[in-house]
Amino acid sequence: MLNSPFTPGVVLARLSDGELALNFADISPMLDAHEARVAADRCYFCHDAPCITACPTDIDIPLFIRQIATGTPDAAAKTILSQNIMGGMCARVCPTEVLCEGACVREMAEGKPVEIGRLQRFATDTLMEKGIHPFTRAAATGKKVAVVGAGPAGLSCAHRAAMLGHDVTVYEARAKAGGLNEYGIAAYKAADDFAAREVDWLLKIGGIVIHCGKSLGADITLAQLEANYDAVFLGIGLGSVNALGLAGADLDGVHNAVDFIETLRQTDKAKLAIGRDVVVIGGGMTAVDAAVQSRLLGAQNVTMVYRGAREKMSASAYEQEHATSAGVRIIHNAAPKAIHGSAYVTGVEFTYAGGDAFTVPADQVFLAIGQTLEGAPTLLDGKKLKTNAGKIWAGGDCAAGGQDLTVTAVAEGRDAAMAIHAKIMG
Amino acid sequence: MANLTTNFIGIKSPNPFWLASAPPTDKAYNVERAFEAGWGGVVWKTLGSEGPPVVNVNGPRYGAIWGADRRLLGLNNIELITDRPLQVNLDEIKMVKRKWRDRAMVISLMVPCDEESWKDILHRIEDTEADGVELNFGCPHGMAERGMGSAVGQVPEYIEMVTRWVKTHSRMPCIVKLTPNINDIRKPAEAAKRGGADAVSLINTINSITSVNLDSFSPEPMIDGKGTHGGYCGPAVKPIALNMVAEIARAQATRGLPISGIGGVTTWRDAAEFMALGAGNVQVCTAAMTYGFKIVQEMISGLSDYMDSKGMTATSDLVARAVPNVTDWQYLNLNYVTKAHINQDDCIKCGRCYAACEDTSHQAIAMSEDRTFTVKDAECVACNLCVNVCPVENCITMEVLPKGATDERTGKKVDDYANWTTHPNNPSVAAE
Repeated sequence: MLNSPFTPGVVLARLSDGELALNFADISPMLDAHEARVAADRCYFCHDAPCITACPTDIDIPLFIRQIATGTPDAAAKTILSQNIMGGMCARVCPTEVLCEGACVREMAEGKPVEIGRLQRFATDTLMEKGIHPFTRAAATGKKVAVVGAGPAGLSCAHRAAMLGHDVTVYEARAKAGGLNEYGIAAYKAADDFAAREVDWLLKIGGIVIHCGKSLGADITLAQLEANYDAVFLGIGLGSVNALGLAGADLDGVHNAVDFIETLRQTDKAKLAIGRDVVVIGGGMTAVDAAVQSRLLGAQNVTMVYRGAREKMSASAYEQEHATSAGVRIIHNAAPKAIHGSAYVTGVEFTYAGGDAFTVPADQVFLAIGQTLEGAPTLLDGKKLKTNAGKIWAGGDCAAGGQDLTVTAVAEGRDAAMAIHAKIMG
Repeated sequence: MANLTTNFIGIKSPNPFWLASAPPTDKAYNVERAFEAGWGGVVWKTLGSEGPPVVNVNGPRYGAIWGADRRLLGLNNIELITDRPLQVNLDEIKMVKRKWRDRAMVISLMVPCDEESWKDILHRIEDTEADGVELNFGCPHGMAERGMGSAVGQVPEYIEMVTRWVKTHSRMPCIVKLTPNINDIRKPAEAAKRGGADAVSLINTINSITSVNLDSFSPEPMIDGKGTHGGYCGPAVKPIALNMVAEIARAQATRGLPISGIGGVTTWRDAAEFMALGAGNVQVCTAAMTYGFKIVQEMISGLSDYMDSKGMTATSDLVARAVPNVTDWQYLNLNYVTKAHINQDDCIKCGRCYAACEDTSHQAIAMSEDRTFTVKDAECVACNLCVNVCPVENCITMEVLPKGATDERTGKKVDDYANWTTHPNNPSVAAE
């Protein structure tokens, strides 16, 4: 351990290797079989269950929980995965507190919902650990589907299309498949390289070829895809980050939070430098992930500043609590006014809604003020891609409508594959 | 604090909680621990005839069923009567009774069905200073194959005969323990009474297979791939036991015959229910085997507090209080009309009442777009299923229609008491 949380500047190894390993370990480990049965027993098996309605992928939650309760987790997993092929990742990253668990009648009854997310993980992990892929492909249709982007939307579309008998080719701009599952989620939510393992497992369906390092515009064109495939699915995510538009945003030490999170996922934590005084600007999940992980790397003071009121933050109450319990200070109703420093950042000046100004000292600043589709090649509808009525479909963050969630992307990819199937087989 | 002392057929104990004849009462060590914990009495584990000791299996003796979190709901056993030498048991019984004068000490007996055998064992136990005997006509496994236990208990004539032998050859109070593995529990009780029994105790365990291993296809508990039916006990059997106790308590032929209630007694409330249905005391086994002897402290405090809250000063105030209210179906008031009512403030919108009523009953619950569940009085037959499946206690209640009110389902006004015996649809009424 070279340094401590008190060491000024942006430095390595504020914490020991052991502390870092502990901090970035699985935040909510898999239930064991007995825990799962006890947790499953709390499910009331509601009629027309509100949790299903609340799930963007419409997983039959009471059914899979009953399958766990009766000792058949593999069947439970199949119930989950038939609706949501990335049920394993969604079990880890879904904001269940505002989705299924938020709708659970036990949340209303006693403020303690059935642990749906953890039960889902128990089922899907149990199956995946056995290496079982429970789906098989339909007879080959001879049709070819191109998928651009190997994130949750693209992979979900690819899997469903392959299952329906089509041959799928996936083009991915980055070096690895997985999209935000691989590059954009807090490390402790997808520990032990889960994103990559899930992709490998998903590909066991067969019929899917992934070409990494191929980006739309640079390496392939939409026109080529349209010419060579029966259908094209675009799940390219949001490639650009909103600009802060303030003086000092180009100072050393000022980064986009998504880049920081990506680096965290792809780097040994001991080789990551972090500031003593970190400021995160933004109020969403990305801001929380950046702020919390800054603390976990050993930053002494982490301040998350959001321009609006607490209830307007897109990070859920659960996420906010997670941040504050990790030692992050959250300031609301304060807009960034300037980033100070000469070569290196030294602080960020904010103005409260009432007009009072204050400066938070900073040796590192992460901007988490949203992403945009800017720079994407074509089919712009406002700032989001819109599904084309002809050969082109879109889903996930890049598509119009929907929430900014993994689970929504999976649902849109799946539904696009069904629509593609209907169209090209029609 | 209410006085919990009981005098059951002349046997006094500081409280009505006895340990039933079973593994917990097989030797002095256990029994003394029980007395130290506060148990009012024990029925010592069944003694057999003098001779080579009984042999037990050397694999599992118990099987079980569980609720969530492995809460033990039902237990079965294939253990036989005591497998210790008779004299060892007799010596220990005497030693313990001398040490614990205020506690009830009853000896359970099971010997072959001939007078000499019974005469002999009664003679042998005379010296123990025990307070009474309990005749084990109940155990359904193992010993029944040798013509003892429930093999006797299933033949009222044998019960009467053996009971008479016992009363002839002993002055000790005699309790006859009944098997529930019989069609009509009143018959063996009547036989015991005819034979001179001072009391009956029930129920003994129920023939059962707790589960089947779906890999080896052997019943549980399994001994080397095979299983045999064992005696079932624990919380799961309580409703069966309550009914049998009530049947004996209210039958003309056996009314007033003292009853020691057995069968799934786990808490003070279970004990109070048995007593209200006519049991003068209760015997406990599975609960003690599950949680240890300490549970008696909850039983004592719970029963005492309950009696205080009801102004009862002695257990006799409670015993048989519910017996007059146990009746035949034909005397139930057909003009007692209730309707389910769902308290919207308590409802958590799970919809179980709706699923149960819509799928399996009377389509009497409406569900709105926003998941508000309401009872359709015009369809509700008051079956109570919604109340039973609702996860929120007292969220759904059965509201009584007052006299003169109109039952929307039948269009009839609620009238005075009337039962099946006078109902126009009753063929035997029409025939008159």
